Amino acid sequence: MKKLHQITNHVLALVILFTWVFTSCNSGGRSSKKAADSLDVSTDNAAIYDDIKKAETIFYTLPSPLESAMLIKSAGALFDDRLLNPIENTKNYSTNKSLALNLGIYTCDLSFASLYDQTQLIINYMNAAKSMADGLGILDVIQQEDIDRLEENIHNTEVIMEIVSQTYLNSNSYLEDNNQSAIASIVLTGGWLEGLYISTQLVDMKDFNGNKLVGRIIDQKLSIDILMNLLGDSRGHPAIDEVYSQISRVKTVFDKITLKTTPVKAEYDQVADVTILKSQVQSDLTPAVFKELSDTVAEIRASFIR
Amino acid sequence: MKIYRNLSILTLLVFISAMSLNAQCKAFAKRTCLPELGSYTHDGNYHAAVLVEGEEAELFKTFYSDMDYRLSICGEETIPQVEFTVYDANRNVLYSSREANFVRTWDFRLEASQQLRIVIKVNAASNQGNTPASGCVSIMFGFRIKQ
Repeated sequence: MKKLHQITNHVLALVILFTWVFTSCNSGGRSSKKAADSLDVSTDNAAIYDDIKKAETIFYTLPSPLESAMLIKSAGALFDDRLLNPIENTKNYSTNKSLALNLGIYTCDLSFASLYDQTQLIINYMNAAKSMADGLGILDVIQQEDIDRLEENIHNTEVIMEIVSQTYLNSNSYLEDNNQSAIASIVLTGGWLEGLYISTQLVDMKDFNGNKLVGRIIDQKLSIDILMNLLGDSRGHPAIDEVYSQISRVKTVFDKITLKTTPVKAEYDQVADVTILKSQVQSDLTPAVFKELSDTVAEIRASFIR
Repeated sequence: MKIYRNLSILTLLVFISAMSLNAQCKAFAKRTCLPELGSYTHDGNYHAAVLVEGEEAELFKTFYSDMDYRLSICGEETIPQVEFTVYDANRNVLYSSREANFVRTWDFRLEASQQLRIVIKVNAASNQGNTPASGCVSIMFGFRIKQ
């Protein structure tokens, strides 16, 4: 009887250990300490990862589709619906990988259409995103009432942005809460690459120097290591390994760009009630490297939407 | 045979409990943290975790020079105060909520885009000997075009 009791205690300990591991590893863009030990960091941002071993919980965050679309618009770029993934393609996606990638892609296209008041496209792309979410079994992430609310507020950009943000939050949190971090990472990758694809395609090479949109594209170099770390946490998953290998090609091109940043000084602005982080940055992106980046991104994006 | 049945029930209960904690965390993030973004647009990303007192979490994110940002960090009432510190790429401290009376939000803008590291820590309570408290901590970002 005593022996049976001991066995029960051992198994109970194992169950508790399992639970701890489960609850520690299933939240958004989050990694365990072990995964973070093998970081591959470019020299520009190497120092930021040096203290990483201190924390048990690490979040890697990419610009969301809404933020990417806002960056494109704030750079003064014009809307071009030919750059979006046609909604007719929704029927081509049946694997978890293609559904996840295109959930991110359609959400980015939806965000882009929303910020440029493309009313019919907003409805179409919300339905396309819903179709991807349904395919992934993400329950109730986009409900009919969301689409109805969208239609009722089709000229109210603020409400539309709120709905887009909410649906993206729901899909990510659903995947994270249901232990599908790998799929969540693929959704984030799809959204990020689509933003980069649209940006690179919108750059007018005749207006390359001093182009604000080119500046925003260079900024994505700061996010590529975050994305590699995020995907790196789920290596071994066949779909992730494929995506990781493709994104590595984008990193190879970004590694050809040097960013030099002056030390950051934080100053509080009493009038605006905001802290201003003062610094200056210089980069050496040439048209040739930009072309290589643009071509690489276009090629990978074409494979994602195929 | 009975032991296997009991273990199956126990495993199921533990699994349901873990799922319930996650759902609770998401509900807390949406109910408590999201409204603190105020007039800023939530970026749509979800970062929440159950942390134990004394535990730290880190977040890496790129922030852009064209935007105004609000960072909102909330912890459930079951845990002691949550503090956060923002570092630049050279590990310099740019902001510490401890020096601002443990505020839950921070508004900032950047002259040049930067990757920042945010370290979140649940302070340890002084009542030693008791089981460490745990609760949900949520991190949210709002943005708007620089005004």
